[in-house]
Amino acid sequence: MRGRSSVCVPVSDPVIEFAHVVKQYDGRRVVDGLSLRIEQGQCFGLLGPNGAGKTTAIRMLLGMTHPESGSIRVLGHAVPEQAHRARAGMGVVPQLDNLDPDFSVRENLSVYASFFGLPDNTLDDRVDWLLEFAELTHKQHARIGELSGGMQRRLTLARALVNNPGLIVLDEPTTGLDPQVRHVMWSRLRDLQQSGKTLLLTTHYMEEAERLCDVLAIMDHGRIIAHGSPAELVRAHCERNVFEFPRLDAPQQAALDALPEVRLERSGTSWYAYTEQADPVHDWAAGHPQLRMLHRHHNLEDVFLRLTRRDLRD
Amino acid sequence: MIELTASDFRPGRGSLAVWRRNVRVWRKLIRVSIVLNFGEPVIYLLALGYGLQRFVGAMDGLPYMVFLASGLLVSAVMHTTAFEAMYSVYTRMEPQKTYQAILATPLRVADIVAGELLWCATKGVIASTAILIVAGCMGLISFPGALGVIPVAFLTGLAFAGFVMPLAPFARSYDYFSYFYTLVIVPMFMCSGVFYPIDSLPAAGQWAASLLPLYHAVELARPLATQAPLSAPLVHGLVLLLYAGAGYALSVRFYSRRLLQ
Ligand SMILES: Nc1ncnc2c1ncn2[C@@H]1O[C@H](COP(=O)(O)OP(=O)(O)OP(=O)(O)O)[C@@H](O)[C@H]1O
Ligand SMILES: [Mg+2]
Repeated sequence: MRGRSSVCVPVSDPVIEFAHVVKQYDGRRVVDGLSLRIEQGQCFGLLGPNGAGKTTAIRMLLGMTHPESGSIRVLGHAVPEQAHRARAGMGVVPQLDNLDPDFSVRENLSVYASFFGLPDNTLDDRVDWLLEFAELTHKQHARIGELSGGMQRRLTLARALVNNPGLIVLDEPTTGLDPQVRHVMWSRLRDLQQSGKTLLLTTHYMEEAERLCDVLAIMDHGRIIAHGSPAELVRAHCERNVFEFPRLDAPQQAALDALPEVRLERSGTSWYAYTEQADPVHDWAAGHPQLRMLHRHHNLEDVFLRLTRRDLRD
Repeated sequence: MIELTASDFRPGRGSLAVWRRNVRVWRKLIRVSIVLNFGEPVIYLLALGYGLQRFVGAMDGLPYMVFLASGLLVSAVMHTTAFEAMYSVYTRMEPQKTYQAILATPLRVADIVAGELLWCATKGVIASTAILIVAGCMGLISFPGALGVIPVAFLTGLAFAGFVMPLAPFARSYDYFSYFYTLVIVPMFMCSGVFYPIDSLPAAGQWAASLLPLYHAVELARPLATQAPLSAPLVHGLVLLLYAGAGYALSVRFYSRRLLQ
């Protein structure tokens, strides 16, 4: 990888490529042999529990921390050696906002643009457009501290677009946002995707991943444990029917578990029965009219919980 | 685990963007800054100068007020620069995470360090210019001769930024800087020839003073401000340059380690 010329990038080259990347902190492998490819125009979702190594992977991709081994290429550049070149074509929404409190909303955009070497005279129109995009035109002279969390997040997204990047990396772009703002974010991200940009995003909202992403990778302990489109993942890793029980006593647990091809799992205080065939469970439940039960189709959250099953961490 | 290569030490044009960012912040607070820049030397010159002038008369062949003013020209650079390179830099690095935000752009640590050093030196020149104006109005120095101090102020600013900037990556809080200020900056201020020639110090004190940057800055600024002949200007200039250069290299190393972990 390293030896390859980066003068001319063939169209088929991936936008991002990780090969066997390892990152340790205090002797612990936080990213453990990570390999992945993200193609031009994809919206790639990186999922995983707290501490899985998602942010670390993103920081390595930006050259903001260096791996112990493995190779990374981004937009045709070797990272971390040439990361600054790759960053010229990228936009970043970090997990924690780091807007500049010394400046107003508008100045945050124009100052950030100056770091990309964008000339001041072409900037006003672009900044106006970005303010509109983020629905912050009416707040353009406000200080950062006067913005709500949702406004700050939108401004961070707008800031990530000052250099009109082809690749946008978003680390939990919608965490902490109310449903209204989240929907605004989603529609903005879809606009970006439709304009041909490549997106890499992490999220803890499975609904978000299902709606936005073409390809998902589920990461745990620094490794990718599942990979594919949302539909593929759901099909491959979870039975079609899911029954949720807020309460089950011991005999009921035993009875359900004994049904053929029913998998019973506990998550939090609830019980979940997974099965391809719904009828046996319905038949059994008919004999327990007092039992509270919810029947639904499988979804990405079931897959996530199944694959990353274990006690809470962090 | 960060291994740096020669190119990681080479600043690019991005350093000017960092410098301009700081200029933009400064311009927003320009009134406060200017009042402080002028207020401090006026207080020193009036309180110390007029107070001591009657008892001291002349010092090293100069009226005491002139002696003091020509030393303050660079000690003010030290104070301004040290403050900027400790408190302001730490603020941008830690609570504001400004450097993290900048490192997601094409800029690199070398650009941040170079931009900050340049900005510190710029603030030093502003502080020194304020004193030139105050001292000029009080008739202590004469123009245009004294303008030769301005490049010295810039070099002094670089030297002090280089002296102080490598510290912040080791800091866990602002308290850390109070120690450095009290134990290093203040003694240097007292013993580097600003208030009296260092000949009056014991040999060990003279030796210590001559290792630190302020003494060399004073040795350049005082003759320039009073149109006296310079002695060993190359040595003094080189010492200041050395502080600037070594400080730059150490800073790139230390800030890389702290920011790119
Ligand atoms: N600078 C650091 N020093 C030491 N340990 C670190 C550092 N950064 C991250 N870690 C550790 O690496 C592991 C992975 O962290 P990371 O932030 O990449 O997880 P994540 O998948 O982004 O989690 P979350 O979903 O909570 O954001 C965690 O155990 C974290 O404590
Ligand atoms: Mg994270």
